[in-house]
Amino acid sequence: MIAEWIGKIGNFTLTLLIVTAYGLFMTAFIERIIAKVQGRIGIPYWQPVLNILKNFFKRTAISHGYMFYLGPVFRIAGGIGTLAFIPVIYGSETFSNFSMAGDLFLVIYFMFFGQLGMALGAGESGHPYSAIGIARGLSQMTAYEVPFALAVISIVIQYDTLSITEIVAAQQGGWENWTVFTNWVATLAAMLAFLGMTGYSPFDIFLAPQEIPIGPPTEFHSAYLSFMSLNRALFGATKLVLFMNLFFGGATGLIELMIKTWLIYMVAIVIGVAFPRFRVDQAIRFFFKIPTLIGIMSIVYAQMMLTS
Amino acid sequence: MIKSLSTEDTLENAGLTAVEDFANWARANSLWILAFGTGCGAIELRPLMTARFDANRFGVAGRPTPRQSSVFVIGGYASVKTLKRIIRSYEQMQGPKFVIALGICPVNGGMYFDSYNTINQFDLYIPVDLYITGCMPRPEVLVAGIVELQKKIKQGRCDGANRYIENFDWYKANQKKVIKNWDMPDYNW
Repeated sequence: MIAEWIGKIGNFTLTLLIVTAYGLFMTAFIERIIAKVQGRIGIPYWQPVLNILKNFFKRTAISHGYMFYLGPVFRIAGGIGTLAFIPVIYGSETFSNFSMAGDLFLVIYFMFFGQLGMALGAGESGHPYSAIGIARGLSQMTAYEVPFALAVISIVIQYDTLSITEIVAAQQGGWENWTVFTNWVATLAAMLAFLGMTGYSPFDIFLAPQEIPIGPPTEFHSAYLSFMSLNRALFGATKLVLFMNLFFGGATGLIELMIKTWLIYMVAIVIGVAFPRFRVDQAIRFFFKIPTLIGIMSIVYAQMMLTS
Repeated sequence: MIKSLSTEDTLENAGLTAVEDFANWARANSLWILAFGTGCGAIELRPLMTARFDANRFGVAGRPTPRQSSVFVIGGYASVKTLKRIIRSYEQMQGPKFVIALGICPVNGGMYFDSYNTINQFDLYIPVDLYITGCMPRPEVLVAGIVELQKKIKQGRCDGANRYIENFDWYKANQKKVIKNWDMPDYNW
C-alpha cells in the first residue's frame, strides 16, 4: 500500500515536471509567434525560465501580512491540485495521476481555488490597482465559468460519468468519436469560455499590462512573483490538457499530447492577435449572451440527441 | 535592517560565489525596465519594443510597477519635482536594481545646466550604474547600453544599490538639500 503510494507520488512528480517544462516552453513559443506577427524576433526560448530564476534571486524588503505570503502558495496549490486529478496520457500508468471517479468536479473546484487564493493575497497587498484587477478578473471569471460549466454538464449527460478517464475512454477508436464531433455544441461553448480563461486579447482586461499596472500581482515581487509565473505556465498547460481530454479525444502519447494542446492553444492565439480588447462590462455581456445560450443548447442537444 | 540587504552579507560571504555568478547571469539576461519616463529622453524608450529595435531579444521587458522592475532608465533631465518621484520609485524597487542615465543632462545638466529647477549632477542623489550620453541618444545607443549593462552585471560590477545603502545618510542629505518640501517618509520600502 505504502509502496504503491510512493510510486504514485513519484509518477505525479515526474508528470508535474514535464507539464511545467512544457508550459514554460509553450509560453516562449507562443510569445515568439506573436512577435513574428508583429514583425519582431521575440524572446529567446529560455526567457521564461530566466525570468523565474531572476525573480527567485531577487531580494525582498517589504511585508504586507500573512495572506500576502500565502497568495502565491494558494495559487500554485491550485495549479498542482488541478493537474493532480487530470489523467495526462490515456492508458499510461505513469501519467494517469490521481484520477478517480468524480474527478471532473474536483478539477473544476481546483481551477477556482487558485484564483480565489490570488484574490485574497493581492487584496492583502492593499494596492488600489490590485483591487481593480481582482474585481475585473473575478467578474470575468464568473462570466466565462457559466458557459464552461454548461458545456461540462452537457458532456456529463452525454457520457453519463464524472470521471475524466472514462470520458477519454469513451472517445477512443477514431477521430469521429471525439466530443468535438459528437457534441460540437458543447465544444463550441467551452472553446468560447477557453478564450476568457487563457487571458489573451480580447479578454485580457484584468491583466491590462498598460492601464492598471499588470493587474492583481502589482505588489508581488521577487520569489512570490516567480512562484506565480511558474504557476502560470503550469496552470496554462494543465487547462490545455483538460480541454484536450474533454473535447479532443485525449492523448495516447507525449507527441500526440503536444500537438493537440498546441493546436488548442493556437485557437486562443489566432483570435488574440486578430482582435482588440473588450472592456470588462463588454466581456461579461458577451459571455452571458452567445456562449451561455450555446451552453444551454448543448445540454438540450445532449439530452435530446445523444442519450436517447 | 538596511545593512543586511547588501550582497556581502547574503551569498558571497557564505562562499557561494558560484551561485551568485549564476544569479548574476540570470539577472543580466532578464532586465525589466520600470516604465517611468522622467524626461524628454523617455520618448527613446518607446521604440525599443517595436519591430525595428525589438529589445525583447535581450530579455528586456517593460514593467509598470517598481516592485517587479530591476532597471530604472533616467530619461534625460530630472527636475526637482521629478527627482522626488524618482527617489520614491527607486526606493520601492527591490534589489538588485540598476540605474541607466540616458542623455547628457544627468551628467552635467546639459542644455539645462543653468536652469533653476533641473538637477545638474544626477549621481549625487541616486547611484548610477551606466551612463549613455548624447542629446538625444538614439534607441540603437540605448540597446548598446543595455548590452554593456549586461556585461557589467555578469562581472558583478553593478553595485549601485549597495552603494546607496552604504552611503544612505550622504544620499539623503543631498536629496533633502534640493527637495524643499520633503513630505514623504525617509525611506520608502
